[in-house]
Amino acid sequence: MSTLPHITVCDATLRDGSHAYSHQITLDQVRAYATASEAAGFSFLEVGHGNGLGASSLQVGESLVPEGEMLRAAKACLKNTKLSVHVIPGFATIKREIVNALENGVELFRIGCHCTEADVSQRHISYVRSAGHEAWGVLMMSHMAPADVLLEESKKMQSYGAQGIVLMDSAGAYFPKDVTEKIGLLAEKLEVPVGFHAHDNLGLSIANSLAALEAGAKIIDGTAKGFGAGAGNAPLELLAAVLKQRGYKNSLDLYKALDVAALATKLFAGSLPDSNDITIVSGLAGVFSGFAKPVQRAAKQLGVDPRDIFFELGRRQVVGGQEDLILEVADELARRTSTNPNFYPIS
Amino acid sequence: MSFKKTGVAILGTGNIGTDLLIKVMRSPFLECVLFAGRNLSSPGMTKASLLSVPVSAKGLQGIIDHKDEISLVFDATSAEDHFKHAPIFEELGIKAVDLTPAKVGRMCVPAVNLGECLDLPNVNMITCGGQASIPLAYAISKANPDVEYIETVSSIASRSAGPATRINLDEYLQTTEKGLQFFGACERTKAILNLNPAQPCVHMQTTVMAKIANPDIEKTREIVATMVSQIREYVPGYQLLLEPIVESGRLITMVRVDGLGDYLPKYAGNLDIINCAAIAYAEACARRAK
Repeated sequence: MSTLPHITVCDATLRDGSHAYSHQITLDQVRAYATASEAAGFSFLEVGHGNGLGASSLQVGESLVPEGEMLRAAKACLKNTKLSVHVIPGFATIKREIVNALENGVELFRIGCHCTEADVSQRHISYVRSAGHEAWGVLMMSHMAPADVLLEESKKMQSYGAQGIVLMDSAGAYFPKDVTEKIGLLAEKLEVPVGFHAHDNLGLSIANSLAALEAGAKIIDGTAKGFGAGAGNAPLELLAAVLKQRGYKNSLDLYKALDVAALATKLFAGSLPDSNDITIVSGLAGVFSGFAKPVQRAAKQLGVDPRDIFFELGRRQVVGGQEDLILEVADELARRTSTNPNFYPIS
Repeated sequence: MSFKKTGVAILGTGNIGTDLLIKVMRSPFLECVLFAGRNLSSPGMTKASLLSVPVSAKGLQGIIDHKDEISLVFDATSAEDHFKHAPIFEELGIKAVDLTPAKVGRMCVPAVNLGECLDLPNVNMITCGGQASIPLAYAISKANPDVEYIETVSSIASRSAGPATRINLDEYLQTTEKGLQFFGACERTKAILNLNPAQPCVHMQTTVMAKIANPDIEKTREIVATMVSQIREYVPGYQLLLEPIVESGRLITMVRVDGLGDYLPKYAGNLDIINCAAIAYAEACARRAK
């Protein structure tokens, strides 16, 4: 019998969950959850604003707690689980954010960018590596590029020093066969381990995560109870079950990994993601899951159907970080259908 | 007697430098006497040769060799290079228009402070997103005395972002934020940049958002409208996409910048706006020298 590889499980609850919580996660929630994540034995705990370091903004939403305080609070609760952050060049800079995060004890920097733009990550990856810390490359919205392009972009990140490459299905738009093709190619051709970060917009987060593992992924992302943007992520408690049942080695304590679900239900009551018409359309349109809340807000203000906004954003091929276009698209849709009795022009 | 144009040089033959060249060639006030870079076979150099513009592959040395013909140099290299070039230009008595985020000289946004920059030896054109957003931030701060925070987000086509732009993202953000601070009279600022690879290419869009306790929306709209028409005098493709509104406690306004389609196609409004600003400045200097 061939032995299955050891899988690194990344807990993104306190980062992706920020989207689901309108970036209002408190220090008490950080401490309570980080303690549980450590106990469960996750390899990494990612903490911060939903769009990563330096992303607290009017564009995406302002964080309740400054990121430095969140990182220090989490770090104080961790011992074996390493503290990680998401970093998007264009939001975060080396001098302003990465240097501070290093001082706050961050051990892994996951440097992300839109899946076709890897060269913007060069300086940030190199900086983290030259500071003696771990850096991975993250290709976001990776459903938008074919496998060969993802491989080329991953190789760039690998050449900058990335010690792992994660494909994010930021829109929850993948089907298992897409995962098999893309992860399979990267796992075969790259020297560094490959990972997958699922979203559940089309109800496939676990199926896609399993497809990733079977295609050679050695890193898998999840969040407790799926607490993340849009319809949420692959639930960690289910990932723990799948890993156990399929015989993948891992660092988890099964019962304690299952317990994070109940804790998330308690800590984030009323804000756990659920599948609905809007998250499904977001997946169908291939638009960043994190747009769900601002789309609903704009739809209400301008009297248009939020699903129409998602499809129009999809047609325009918007990428993560372009939240400002939501209002413009909603405004345009409202003008186009100005027979709409709810329409009040905003300009 | 025929009118003598001001001799200018362009240092740096990437997207910015080559687009500038085409704009200079159209100018009634400026003449490109040297297009200098490092690689004679770069697309920009090839373009310049086809246009019969004198070229040099000796970079800065090319400028030094032709110093007597050059009154003004556009530096379209990188921030790192401009730090080295700036003192040399000053010593040669050549006015420098800096298109990198080096920010050695005073920041210049023609619609806001052209007049006070004309006599300076070195001016900085900030960034493309800065040229698009700062005039709006300035207008917002004129209409509202208590601006607590200003933020700008620009989205540009991936194709329009050359290697120097990509490697200098941090400098782009820092320089844009400094510009917003200075012109928007606001201590807390933030800049965000998105590259979008969509096909057909997206046109540059810039959003400015502000936190203001009691925004005067009518006055803001009025001053912003005036500002937009001033910018359109030198950036014809600058257009208001979303008039200032208040949404979720944020004052928001948005512009789109269509390029003139000089070197890169019209989607590259980011190239156009910083270059149109640099040309507006150089032409104002040339007119004044007459």
